[in-house]
Amino acid sequence: MSAPPVCIRDLYYAVGTRPIFAGVDIDVAQGQITAVMGPSGTGKTTLLRLLTGQVLADRGRIELFGESVAEVDKAGLYALRRRTGMLFQNGALLTDLTVFENVAFPVRAHARLPESVLRRLVLSKLEAVGLRGAAELMPSQLSGGMARRVALARAIVMDPDLLIYDEPFVGLDPISMGVIVRLIRELNETLGVTSIVVSHDVEELASIAHYSYLLSEGRIVAAGTPDELARSEEPVVRQFMSGAADGPVPFHFPAGDLAADILRRAEPRRRRS
Amino acid sequence: MIGASLGRIGAVAVFLLRVLGQCPAALAKPRAVIHQIYNAGARSLIIIMLCGLFVGMVLGLQGFDLLQRFGSEDALGVAAALGLLKELGPVVTALLFAGRAGTALTSEIGLMRATDQLTAMEMMAVDPLRHVIAPRFLGGVIAMPLLVAIFDIVGLFGAQLIGVQLMAVDPGAFWSQMQAAVELDDVNEGIVKSLCFGFACSLIAVYEGYHAPPTAQGVGLATTRTVVVSSVLVLLIDYMLTAAFLGR
Repeated sequence: MSAPPVCIRDLYYAVGTRPIFAGVDIDVAQGQITAVMGPSGTGKTTLLRLLTGQVLADRGRIELFGESVAEVDKAGLYALRRRTGMLFQNGALLTDLTVFENVAFPVRAHARLPESVLRRLVLSKLEAVGLRGAAELMPSQLSGGMARRVALARAIVMDPDLLIYDEPFVGLDPISMGVIVRLIRELNETLGVTSIVVSHDVEELASIAHYSYLLSEGRIVAAGTPDELARSEEPVVRQFMSGAADGPVPFHFPAGDLAADILRRAEPRRRRS
Repeated sequence: MIGASLGRIGAVAVFLLRVLGQCPAALAKPRAVIHQIYNAGARSLIIIMLCGLFVGMVLGLQGFDLLQRFGSEDALGVAAALGLLKELGPVVTALLFAGRAGTALTSEIGLMRATDQLTAMEMMAVDPLRHVIAPRFLGGVIAMPLLVAIFDIVGLFGAQLIGVQLMAVDPGAFWSQMQAAVELDDVNEGIVKSLCFGFACSLIAVYEGYHAPPTAQGVGLATTRTVVVSSVLVLLIDYMLTAAFLGR
């Protein structure tokens, strides 16, 4: 039996003295769309950086296709990344290349294909995201939604086994959002690719995810199918799913007494004058 | 302070070794390197030629004023040629290169970092050092001697314009004395200096860009550091090389 695409065990990670993860376990099943949700600032993007070996965990084990990302060398890590496609929040297109060249970039870097084959491959991927007609445009000529679709075409051009989406719905209009939702579902179904979607857009994720994890304060506070999360009575799950401003996840960032804070901060100004 | 400076020098040295390790692979795909020679070289041409002309004209004026006090104004061609070939050409071109092409390199690479383009490459299992940094570094190193040669030629034209056309120095004496006095070693000194300056300026520019904090302020500070560090380094290397050449 082949190893699961992603397996995270007992993950601990801190930035300075601030803990980001304190004992996180995540399993991603083959061929499924797994959602990782959580309020802003819970470390969702950091989780992806750990998963792809951009940063190393303080403790715990992160396995990608059965291999520990902390233990492989650079060549091994690059081999794992070749099996992984990632869609960045802002698309991260190479701004000095056309749309066509952006999608062709990983192919040119890793394979020596005849130009005619490369052209057919790139145009078929652009067709899949509905942007074959934009092949000769520059990234600066694209809208946010189009840039993300081009980035998606680039992410799938090497036919990866795992697709990672970092906040794919942020800043998109409803039509573009619908397009991205449809593309994530279609790519999962037609290519049989495993997908991890990191986002806080509950409705969109509920419509496509097979399984969801909810992160809060460094831990997985809930996990299950979207229906199970929707029925959960856990206060933090209820707050997140309903979008309540206050609750277990407080509205205010931790701070001392307001009056004392105002007086303390006024002090140095008085001295300066 | 000293520890931090040594640490920084060490970090630049390690970065240089990593970049040099990627240079053969970058040269194997010369299209990117040629594109960077165009970016760093051709796009700096106008400012280099303009400054070369003015520097040559000033050299013509000052040289004529000095030499006529000794009745040696015919040697103006020699003075201008040696001044440009050995010192002014490489140094002024390098300072202009740091201000124009160096800052462009740093801000471009810094913005690529800030907009996740370099991270995206790493995620595509593509090493940015090979595909972004090495071609830009090589482009700068190759462009610098070419720019210096153009600066020297335009500078000589400027000196000739003032000396021969305006101050009526004999054109035969201007060119023939230059031809007789300037030796291959003088030209080589200029070539060596321009290569060293190109190496230093390009290294600083790509290093600062690659390590710029991914913020607007971070990229701005990195760009400033490129100009300051490159300029000081050029003058330091110039002194060391001049001393070495004179000591032979």
